[in-house]
Amino acid sequence: MSVIVEALISLLLIAGGIFVFIGSLGMAHLRDFYMRLHGPTKATTLGIGCMLIASMLYFWSVDGKPDIQELLITLFLFITAPVSAHLLAKSGLHLRLKHADKTQGKPVELRPEEVGDKPVPHPDKGHG
Amino acid sequence: MLSTALYVTLALVVMALLMNLYRLTIGPSLPDRVLALDTMYVNSIALIVLLGLWLNSKTYFESALLIAMLGFISTVAVCKYILRGDIIE
Repeated sequence: MSVIVEALISLLLIAGGIFVFIGSLGMAHLRDFYMRLHGPTKATTLGIGCMLIASMLYFWSVDGKPDIQELLITLFLFITAPVSAHLLAKSGLHLRLKHADKTQGKPVELRPEEVGDKPVPHPDKGHG
Repeated sequence: MLSTALYVTLALVVMALLMNLYRLTIGPSLPDRVLALDTMYVNSIALIVLLGLWLNSKTYFESALLIAMLGFISTVAVCKYILRGDIIE
């Protein structure tokens, strides 16, 4: 393994570790659920992508042929992280969690038919 | 150089896991705990990748893929339960 490849792998590993650490630090430290959602969904995803690419480069340089397995994990995580973040934000809005004053886009700013406690009846009543 | 980077990254990921555990323990609401669990499985994938680098084997990547899929599905199931009171309607 040449020195340049080793330095690149080390750099990607440490960058991934720092991004994962910052994501979890944001989740542990920030004041509000809607703020806490930002750390794991962006920084942690980027960090795990960096680490998986570092692992792919390492096994490529050791075995001599590329392997697509790590790229599959990276792709899957990059697809699923926004979906789970969207669902978590929706469930936080549904439970009406407390938010700090700086947080924009409060639940009361939603459309009036989406705010009430009672479920909105579906316009299509064709069950009979 | 690579082994030093590996140790530093392992230390950072383990500290991140400890902070996730803190949020999972004290998290004031249910979505906070679900978010902490979601981050914990992503960080456990990172630990598995680092273990594969350490042991110089590719055996454990299937388990990383499995954890990624099952973690996503469980997060979606819990969120659907919070939102609708039911998982499969």
